Amino acid sequence: MAKIEKVEYLIIGNSAGSIGAAEAIRETDKAGAITIISDEPYPAYSRPLISEYLAERCSLERMLFRSPDFYKVNNIQAVLGKTVERLDTEAHTIELDKGGRIIWEKLLLATGGLPVVPQIEGVARRGVFTFTTLDDAKAIDRFLRGVAGAVVIGGGLIGVSITEALVKRGIKVTVVEMQERILNTILDEEASVLEEEALRQAGASIVTGHTVAKISCDSTKDAVSSVTLDDGNSIPCNLVILAIGVRPRTELTSGTGIKINRGIVVDRYMATSSPDVYACGDAAEAYDFIYGENRLNPVWPNAYIGGRIAGFNMAGVPTEYSGGTAVNSLRYFGLDVVSAGMVTPLDDGYEVLSEKYDHTYKKVVLKDGFVVGMVFASDIEKSGIVFNLMKDRVKVDGFKQALVADNFGLVSLPEKIWRPQLEMPPSVSASSIISTEQPEGILMGE
Amino acid sequence: MTGWARRDSMAYGSYLPHIAIPKGRLIYMRRIYIKEEVCIGCHLCEVYCQLQHSQSRDLIKAFKRESPRPLSRLRMEEKRPVSFSVRCQHCDESPCVYACLTGALSRDPDSGVVNVDEERCIGCWTCILVCPFGAIRQESLQRKMVKCDLCQGEDMPVCVTNCPNEALVYAETDI
Ligand SMILES: Cc1cc2nc3c(=O)[nH]c(=O)nc-3n(C[C@H](O)[C@H](O)[C@H](O)COP(=O)(O)OP(=O)(O)OC[C@H]3O[C@@H](n4cnc5c(N)ncnc54)[C@H](O)[C@@H]3O)c2cc1C
Repeated sequence: MAKIEKVEYLIIGNSAGSIGAAEAIRETDKAGAITIISDEPYPAYSRPLISEYLAERCSLERMLFRSPDFYKVNNIQAVLGKTVERLDTEAHTIELDKGGRIIWEKLLLATGGLPVVPQIEGVARRGVFTFTTLDDAKAIDRFLRGVAGAVVIGGGLIGVSITEALVKRGIKVTVVEMQERILNTILDEEASVLEEEALRQAGASIVTGHTVAKISCDSTKDAVSSVTLDDGNSIPCNLVILAIGVRPRTELTSGTGIKINRGIVVDRYMATSSPDVYACGDAAEAYDFIYGENRLNPVWPNAYIGGRIAGFNMAGVPTEYSGGTAVNSLRYFGLDVVSAGMVTPLDDGYEVLSEKYDHTYKKVVLKDGFVVGMVFASDIEKSGIVFNLMKDRVKVDGFKQALVADNFGLVSLPEKIWRPQLEMPPSVSASSIISTEQPEGILMGE
Repeated sequence: MTGWARRDSMAYGSYLPHIAIPKGRLIYMRRIYIKEEVCIGCHLCEVYCQLQHSQSRDLIKAFKRESPRPLSRLRMEEKRPVSFSVRCQHCDESPCVYACLTGALSRDPDSGVVNVDEERCIGCWTCILVCPFGAIRQESLQRKMVKCDLCQGEDMPVCVTNCPNEALVYAETDI
């Protein structure tokens, strides 16, 4: 009979959100037993790096998010390669696939997302892959020998990311995007155009405004040979990547009564509707400070920070989540683009300021004098200043034009913003100043 | 050792802290502060920073020959008559550390220094997007982020020691 364990903290998932939580718990509770379970058999690795793995076959070691001794040093039990099958919130237990039950006091669902698999004829064929895990990247890598052409279905972040990797591997890639432009959820039109130019320049083809209706297969080899678009055109290829999106992985909550909307709904403390159960990351629908409501914002920083907040709360230190929003930094094909918040105004109640010169593009979206969205391309080094004005809801009416100006900096902001941040606060005592001046009268050395 | 403080005693500027953190958690800060009223905008801090972070540590080579060209980890900001330099503030709740996709960024709990493991930085620039000071710079050739490291290995950051007007103050603080 499997042993029944009992832990203070149980975390399902072993990625950004999970590590954020575990680290926060250990900052406040050095002793409480923490168990992390993941069905992926690896120590926490950087998921965005799977495209690097595919492009250059970099080692697992290089992809690890924390040092290999992370679990040991932090006294965390990691159960890897096992799936949590059942959750009982009443009894505070979970059951593992290969047997085994764990009783928990506090539970975190950091279960991430699952790739959406469209209902297209032929999706089950050999040569069709999704791309969200290291194992996906490994499987694609093994399959690449002999592949000349690939079709990537979906021109979002994941689609563009694998396109770059495949192009680096010498493969002819066509991206098929249903909407009128790639990266349409995270970029505005101008920045999408810049990205499209960069992709095309690198040799990738882009088809927008169409979907793939059918994936066809070579009659002799049972392997993918082409895709047919909704307009009847076909594109020859031996590899198809499904990258139309990820959806929150919520299956464990079924039957538990935990409130789900598009993701697992959490409050400002990252708590779900069920006592002692928390959620974060791609699985969760947490507060968005731009929209003022819960939204899915499936990016790495939000997962880590949400996890961190959940961890503090699980450890009994009430900590409020100030909220996340869409934050994206794209580095593909040598073009640097960052975006955050609402990149395209919802209606005409917004003001848009932008500047464009050479390859540089800067845009801010304002509402009632506050920044609510931003896109910066090429000249991005100071974009964080604008992001934080947005995050901290600083009224920018008086200097809004400076935000997109060439020489923008902290000095462009009112003095009352930069001075208290950069000068020594009065509360710092003079004794804490470090100086190299030698006390007089002491001579040392030669 | 000075510099341990409780977060709930922190009175801060209009746009920090960025991330809610629990009250009462101990924090430790080591920072370079500006004294804007005596900064004359001479850029020597920048020059010494660039030199310090060069391969050769030779002024002529560092500025004229080295490739990749060493970058100053601080930035001068000027709007006459105001001038000051801006660099990584080694934030306690560091947005860059939490945003880092690869784990290249970390904050040493003992020294309070935010460190970057250059081997593991892939130049995704997520840290740049979240830095409230715009203090992170792009080393474009190698695609790595670089930033102030408080001149590890030196007694004092070189920008502070070489400021002719004492417009920079280095302190271990208990705010
Ligand atoms: C190719 C690619 C590129 C990306 N690029 C970027 C980028 O540039 N910037 C950015 O910010 N974000 C990027 N992302 C998104 C980012 O990776 C995610 O937002 C982040 O990984 C979310 O972290 P998480 O902890 O919520 O969940 P995940 O990283 O999805 O991890 C959840 C884990 O839980 C496991 N799990 C789930 N259910 C169970 C169960 N029942 N039992 C056991 N284990 C379970 C899963 O297998 C998985 O290992 C990218 C994603 C991909 C796929």
